[in-house]
Amino acid sequence: MISPWNSADLTFLKPELWLLCSACVILLLDLVSKDQRKAVTHWLSLLSLGIAAILVLAGGVKSPQIVFSGMYVVDQLSGLLKFGSACLVGLVLIYGRQYFIDRSMLTGEVYVLSLFGLLGMFVMTSAFSFLTLYMGLELLSLSLYAMVALRKDDSLAIEASMKYFILGALASGMLLYGMSMLYGATGSLHLSEVSARIAQGQTSRDFLVLGLIFIVAGIAFKLGTVPFHMWVPDVYQGAPTPITMLIGSAPKLAAVAFVIRLLVQGLPAAFVDWQSMLIVLSVASIVVGNVAAIAQQNIKRMLAYSTISHMGFMLLGLIAGDAGGVAASIFYALVYSFTTISGFGILLSLTRTGFESDNLANFKGLVKRSPWLALMMLMVMFSMAGIPAFVGFFAKLSVISAIVSHGFVWLAVLAVAFSLIGAFYYLRVVKVMFFDDSDLDVVDSPFSLKCFVSVNALLLLVAGLIPQPFLSICADAVNLSLLG
Amino acid sequence: MNWTLLIFYLVSAVLLVSSILVVTVRNSVYAALALMLSFFSASIVWIMIEAEFLAISLVLVYVGAVMVLFLFVVMMLDINFERIRQGFWKYSPAALGVGVLMVLELSAVLLSRKADFDKLVGPKPIQAGSSNIEQLGLQVYSNYILPLELAAVVLLVAIVAAISLTLRKKKLSKYVDPAKQIAIRREDRVRLVKGRSS
Repeated sequence: MISPWNSADLTFLKPELWLLCSACVILLLDLVSKDQRKAVTHWLSLLSLGIAAILVLAGGVKSPQIVFSGMYVVDQLSGLLKFGSACLVGLVLIYGRQYFIDRSMLTGEVYVLSLFGLLGMFVMTSAFSFLTLYMGLELLSLSLYAMVALRKDDSLAIEASMKYFILGALASGMLLYGMSMLYGATGSLHLSEVSARIAQGQTSRDFLVLGLIFIVAGIAFKLGTVPFHMWVPDVYQGAPTPITMLIGSAPKLAAVAFVIRLLVQGLPAAFVDWQSMLIVLSVASIVVGNVAAIAQQNIKRMLAYSTISHMGFMLLGLIAGDAGGVAASIFYALVYSFTTISGFGILLSLTRTGFESDNLANFKGLVKRSPWLALMMLMVMFSMAGIPAFVGFFAKLSVISAIVSHGFVWLAVLAVAFSLIGAFYYLRVVKVMFFDDSDLDVVDSPFSLKCFVSVNALLLLVAGLIPQPFLSICADAVNLSLLG
Repeated sequence: MNWTLLIFYLVSAVLLVSSILVVTVRNSVYAALALMLSFFSASIVWIMIEAEFLAISLVLVYVGAVMVLFLFVVMMLDINFERIRQGFWKYSPAALGVGVLMVLELSAVLLSRKADFDKLVGPKPIQAGSSNIEQLGLQVYSNYILPLELAAVVLLVAIVAAISLTLRKKKLSKYVDPAKQIAIRREDRVRLVKGRSS
């Protein structure tokens, strides 16, 4: 039975409340500040992100706490993913600052919408009823739609924003349609009650599966997996690079939590049904993502197709469905987002005013122009390709071993084969950087940006050399959250 | 077949037809009127499932306020909707094909064997004497307080996004800043030149 709401529940909501209050204060302060470089807004946003991350860590709980009359859950899993997404959004703001200043796009809205988007991610990771899941998703999506269109005179960005908005609205509609069917079948919006009622066998199974189809389609749209992936390359290419970096990193953590809450925790009784749907999505994404990325000359489009294939890999862990598989998926999502963000950070260090550097040819001879950045990019690409000694290898290894232990050997063979094909286009970037000549200028990027990018990329190597602590953090979080 | 069922099918048919008209009629004023009709039919369906307060607020808010506002916008702005919707008829055969295929597939799945839909139960009838509005108010401000507050945040984000997307800091009006006007000195405006009389 779900306990009714009481005011003590608010103590579990400290990070969210802090984020909401600080976003409102920054919104007002930004209105009165005359500073063109938005230094106050920048530092205050970073400070509030840092405090939010600390509050998440301080509010860690051993066993899952279901609060707000079953609407919200605080557990180790949500703590881990919230901490990760707060760090990622902070990195986006640090990496993107120079880009925005150079193009005079630096408005207070960038910061305020990022903070509200992060609030949406927090809600998504902790939501435990259809209502809160949907509200969190919309909060995140609305912030992202607006941020893609920030450059109002760029027709490519406006087009990307329109595509993102219309397809996102369609996906939300599908998701709501599926949720309404599940509500009709079970008579509850709360995931704990939904799973309990399905387990009792009092519901119409056919109706349940019909709703499940729409829910999985909606999720696939939001994750950007094949065959619902059409928006991903256009949005990645059209959006300003820091916003692409934001879309490609932290929301993926929220999305994996969304899938885990909805499918693994909410509909475990329909496991056989959604497992087969996820297998189709995952195989199609791995195949299409890796093959289509080979043909791309624009590096943002290439990374978009690589995202599609990574999302396919991430779903592999959920196909296994047990605690080990879920932990592997979360580890994969974390590794993917931190790798992507350092890749985009390097891309941003190569841009200057009036020069986007999003073509593969712009990487020509980078080793002569900036050997250090070329080395960092090499590590990012190796990690994405899953070459041993880098953390991307262990991410791929953990999801593949999770499905092999459930007897999906053909799936594992296919995943390995296509990650070999994928290695081609990652290594092509390395080849262009190290063996091609170019007449482009020497790279001149701010020292602070270079520092953060280097630490970010070196972490991929460190985590690859000693992956065990990171893997066990994910495994512990999942064990304490799903079983406890 | 009892009366309630008959009314339900009638109202649902009106709802479906008017919703299709919203996207197919050429005149955008007619489209807005058809949307009003579909909102109104939806509110009748809501009344039939005993959600009276929501039905009334749908009529008041959407039919009464939002759609009237929309009609004003349609009439005041000189937007050539026909040009915007140029692609509509071009792509409609493909869209129609996909839609019909989906309907056929869904009905094939649902009708092919005996689906266990009889297990579905409807909502419990509300007891006489309990007020719909009172129950709604109690639930929304206690157990559903979190989604309610989140909806408020979503609206705030929508405001921020809408303003940031439409506000262009271009100065179009010939407006004079009074503070600058008062602070003006004679030396800024008048230059005395020594003329030579010849």
